[in-house]
Amino acid sequence: MPTQGKRDEPAFRMSRRKMMKGVAAVLGAMALPAKDAPASVWESFFQKNFRELSPDDLKGVLARLEKEYSEKYKKAVKVRATPPVEGILYGYGLDLSRCIGCRRCVYACVGENNQSRDPQIHWIRVLQLNKERGVDLEDAEQYYNPAKVPEKGHFYMPVQCQQCEYPPCVKVCPVQATWKERDGITVVDYNWCIGCRYCMAACPYGARHFNWKKPGLPSAEMNPETHYLGNRPRPVGVVEKCTFCIQRVRNIPGRYTACVEICPVGARKFGNLLDPESEMRYIIENKRVFILKEDLNTRPKFFYFYAT
Amino acid sequence: MPMRMIWGFFKGTLVLVAKGSKAYYTWVFTLLCFMGIGFLAYLYQLQHGLIITAMRDQVSWGFYISNFTFLVGVAAAAVLLVIPAYVYHWKPLKEVAVLGEMLAVSAMVMCLLFVTVDIGRPDRFWHLIPKFGILNFPQSLLAWDVVVLNIYLVLNLTIAVYILYNLYHKREPNKSFTTPLLLFSIPAAVSIHTVTAFLYNGLAARPFWNASILAPRFLASAFCSGPALMIILFQVIRKYTRIEIRNEAIFKVAELIAYSMFINLFLLGAEVFKEFYSNTVHLAPLQYLLEGLKGHNDLVPYIWTAMIFNVSAFFLFLIPQTRENYVTLNIGCVLIIIGVYIEKGMGLVIPGLVPDTLGEIYEYSPTGIEILLTMGIWATGLFVYTLLLRVAVPILTGEFFVGDDGRTAVIVDTEFIRRADHLAEQSYRD
Repeated sequence: MPTQGKRDEPAFRMSRRKMMKGVAAVLGAMALPAKDAPASVWESFFQKNFRELSPDDLKGVLARLEKEYSEKYKKAVKVRATPPVEGILYGYGLDLSRCIGCRRCVYACVGENNQSRDPQIHWIRVLQLNKERGVDLEDAEQYYNPAKVPEKGHFYMPVQCQQCEYPPCVKVCPVQATWKERDGITVVDYNWCIGCRYCMAACPYGARHFNWKKPGLPSAEMNPETHYLGNRPRPVGVVEKCTFCIQRVRNIPGRYTACVEICPVGARKFGNLLDPESEMRYIIENKRVFILKEDLNTRPKFFYFYAT
Repeated sequence: MPMRMIWGFFKGTLVLVAKGSKAYYTWVFTLLCFMGIGFLAYLYQLQHGLIITAMRDQVSWGFYISNFTFLVGVAAAAVLLVIPAYVYHWKPLKEVAVLGEMLAVSAMVMCLLFVTVDIGRPDRFWHLIPKFGILNFPQSLLAWDVVVLNIYLVLNLTIAVYILYNLYHKREPNKSFTTPLLLFSIPAAVSIHTVTAFLYNGLAARPFWNASILAPRFLASAFCSGPALMIILFQVIRKYTRIEIRNEAIFKVAELIAYSMFINLFLLGAEVFKEFYSNTVHLAPLQYLLEGLKGHNDLVPYIWTAMIFNVSAFFLFLIPQTRENYVTLNIGCVLIIIGVYIEKGMGLVIPGLVPDTLGEIYEYSPTGIEILLTMGIWATGLFVYTLLLRVAVPILTGEFFVGDDGRTAVIVDTEFIRRADHLAEQSYRD
């Protein structure tokens, strides 16, 4: 099977037998479920959009998914659908003067949010920029790989979903498979997304990622504490994105996101924008704050700043 | 008994498409082979996921959507030929309208197939159907596109079938029914291409697409490629079948292409001037397309080929001597079809995504599977057009009509694709 990044390999490398086997397998289970498929497959096929599920429907869906994932990953998987907490609007801060570009956040995020390991999907991308040129994306390097960071003359800018107040990705979705929740988090219903990737074209921050292949997630590395709209395992052919660790932050008491928790230099901040006493409000009111691509009027709730 | 008459007509068409000369069978069989290969490629893609394409997160749309965009233009322009047919009172107006509409139908079928093979979850297509799923109308331009493309498909199919069904029953189609529909199909053709342009145009994240000149450029280039394709098809059709299409009509279409190409090149020039002179960060995609960026220049040879082809074709169609010479005319048509296919296909889609929103350059070129699948869809489109013509041509020439009992079909034309000298020997309407 071809793997990601190796598209230079010839496309036809399979034997005839493998091909026939493939044809038979696919013909059987082509786009639609087979006739003798278990009831859960049909339930999943006819499942309504998350926002149209009645409380009873939702209970059934969560139970079905928990059963399916628990069997697949051979551990007790929880799938919750914790609603937004009233009075909270999440905001994120990133201190560019502190970030050293170590990418610990990238991998903590992958571990927490059950991203595919093969091929790798990263919700956070860290850009290496030149101090001389400032925040110039045309000059950004994502694949820097020195023995030690930070490198002289450079600074680092992690980019992930900016949780826009006016998200262009939501506007363009032809089936309303993605939307902004009341607490400001933009989520995707992986059971409703048709995989057209229009949202990826619309996102100005490269925050959306597609499952080009069935995600490779080893059982041992699977995080069983999941949220329906967040880190539950994803099927092939749908789009996914950062949800501010919805499975963590919506708990009472809430937990910090995995990237905030792991950051060794304290460059990452998180809090409630509606709470005047929160750290985020302090930063916005007292530091030199900027948002990415301000001219596009997306109103990110992800604030970059220089603390020192 | 109208139901019985419709059934008789339908049964007749089934018998008709199964009959034909050796050339017809060979052609259909060749197309079926390519369709089969394309289908296998699609099964392979379904099994492994879209990873077998060269698309990735950076370039999330590729060859499929490029072909889709080009074909929307063909579908639109095929019908727009009805305008000059009316204005200049061409004799074969009915023929031009029917052939154009059938081309539009075939192109629409290809468009819908290209979208289908591009989406990650074809099993969830029903999410787009209002009532069953949720169509995000009017917010999403993709929802608009779904609506207008389907209306356009049904509209053209209705007009063409209505005209043919009446001619088959040896009566003139009711003008008070066809004329309003034909007139409506003109703004509908403009609208499908405009909506498709807006689909790209509305994305502020992609400066290459986010230019207001995009929709006019789409229309101008469609007015070149669609008619160029029609000129070639007209010649093929009149050579191998009994349909008569006069030279003046063909030369007039060629003249219209020259004007459209001028507008197309002018709009392109306006865009190039604005980007290069103002030299902002938005220049990068255009630079990537025209000269390459940071050593990445996969698209450069293609776009310059397209430019040279388009400019050459413009002059061939502008000068009356070359326009009215079938050798140079056909060269011009081929140049335009290839030129616009590059310019409005990969040349439009890929630079919209390269460099990506965070400045990364990922060079996209389609994989073998993508190419085979694409060929399969083109073969499907040609197959649909061939079968439609197989029915339409004998009806238009009076060689397929209803018998005296009002039900059984009479098939005079058992060959369809005939050698030209053969045609001359047989008297018209035997």
